[in-house]
Amino acid sequence: MLRLLHIEFQKLRYSKSAKVLSIAYFGILLCIALIVSIEFNFGDIKVRIADQGIFNFPFIWHGNTWLASFLKIFLAVVIVSMTSNEYSNRTLKQNLIDGLSKKEFILSKFYTVLVFAGFSTVFVFIMSLILGYAFSDFTEFSVVMRDLEFLGAYFLKLTAFFSFCLFLGILVKRSAFALGFLFFWWVIEWITLGVIAEFFGKDLGWSVWNFLPLGSMQNLINQPVTRMNFVQSAAGQLNADVGFDYAVHWYEVVIVIVWSALFIYGSYALLKKRDL
Amino acid sequence: METILTINNLTKHYGAVKAVNDLSFTIEKGNVYGILGPNGSGKSTTLGMVLNVVNPTRGNFHWFDGKNSTHDALKKVGAIIERPNFYPYMTAKQNLALVCKIKDVPTDRIEEKLDVVGLLERKDSKFSTFSLGMKQRLAIASALLNNPEILILDEPTNGLDPQGIHQIREIIKKIAQDGTTILLASHLLDEVEKVCSHVVILRKGVKLYSGRVDAMNASQGFFELKCEQTQLLVDYLNNHNDFGEVKVEGDLITGYLVSPLAAHALNSELHSKDIALTHLVKRKESLEEQFLQLTNNLN
Repeated sequence: MLRLLHIEFQKLRYSKSAKVLSIAYFGILLCIALIVSIEFNFGDIKVRIADQGIFNFPFIWHGNTWLASFLKIFLAVVIVSMTSNEYSNRTLKQNLIDGLSKKEFILSKFYTVLVFAGFSTVFVFIMSLILGYAFSDFTEFSVVMRDLEFLGAYFLKLTAFFSFCLFLGILVKRSAFALGFLFFWWVIEWITLGVIAEFFGKDLGWSVWNFLPLGSMQNLINQPVTRMNFVQSAAGQLNADVGFDYAVHWYEVVIVIVWSALFIYGSYALLKKRDL
Repeated sequence: METILTINNLTKHYGAVKAVNDLSFTIEKGNVYGILGPNGSGKSTTLGMVLNVVNPTRGNFHWFDGKNSTHDALKKVGAIIERPNFYPYMTAKQNLALVCKIKDVPTDRIEEKLDVVGLLERKDSKFSTFSLGMKQRLAIASALLNNPEILILDEPTNGLDPQGIHQIREIIKKIAQDGTTILLASHLLDEVEKVCSHVVILRKGVKLYSGRVDAMNASQGFFELKCEQTQLLVDYLNNHNDFGEVKVEGDLITGYLVSPLAAHALNSELHSKDIALTHLVKRKESLEEQFLQLTNNLN
């Protein structure tokens, strides 16, 4: 396993675009953390986003993982190009001739996906911990440790998404087209939702959508906006019901794991079947 | 003798196209093999199959004693195919270090192998800045990193300028002299003739011949003769037991032998018959002539 990781790391470490994108990813994460902790002055009104309760434990785990997962597209580009470039440089063929098996090739990519996802999770964990201790109203250990399942969900979400990208890179062989396809697929899922909701009812539409690859990933960490203090109090005043299910459910986890497994196995099956 | 590669009834169909059909041969240690055939005869497909990048439709092959999986066996093989494939953004040295990791060999041979192919002073240049000839030489260096049991070269001089071709041939000769087994696929006959001891000849995916280059044609060779009394000589040769066909082109007489006859014996024989030769050459068919004969026989 270490050998395979070494091989993949060796390929990535000299690639300028991979380096720039990874640094940009973690850089932007940091920037967001900084911006929200800065005090903005609008005339007499002083606004600090950090004071709006978004960094309260345990809500911060939910909020930050949800926010951070928007940036995964940066790493997705790295994943897509690291697979499809193996086709366009024809280095995949050379790797196999040099004695890498097709299975090892896919595994080396998958391990890298795990490392990226793991690294990002640890990064978000540490960042949230720091922000939380700086701004949270409650810092008791038992409160801090609550809702940590969102970090697990975040790791799984990234792994699944990157596995999808890996699969697309292998399937389409061109990074630009693979990313285009990813966007296309995202639109298709929403159209599916819309069509089913229109003809068979809203509930069925969302249920089906929750089983689709990108839908199930998104469903893993639901939007936290309606959970925030000021939204809840506003809704309370309007007597509106925002009874939204935020929890990470076991079946949501299972669906996403199944998709990840399918994507990795699918990449392997594709590669095995193909003549290079 | 130690067997390096055994191929049994290997077949590859691309749809209706039979790229390789029921191909069987073995490769023994220490010989230099050529796979000969016109473009599209299935050379690269055959190599692709034994190198784990093309899935055979039927048949099988195994490396060495067949105990290891193909990808493990390939770690003891050095191969370059068609055109050199490396990561363009890495330097020569970084690319080779990656190959070392894949092949599970130490990285301390990199400079030595770069020296063999004359790229040592360019070791820190990016692959994308290399000329085709340099890329091809880097590919050879990469194939040598594991001190391979067998070196496989597919059209190694394709697309190179005469100087590049010469450089590559010199490198191949040097490697062959060190006793490395080589398998060279080419459509250039003189290339194969110069370095190979054995050939496998393919045409439309079917094996026409495999064996030693010099045993390829059972013929005894032929004489090219000239003399003042052409007709007399032709008549004499036509009645000679050792000669089969006799051809006359201008004043050049070509007589094909059916049984062995030494040049000096023929010379003194003709002299005793008062036929004085002005030109006497005994030749074997060149690989090209033999190849054309073999491939034409099937037309």
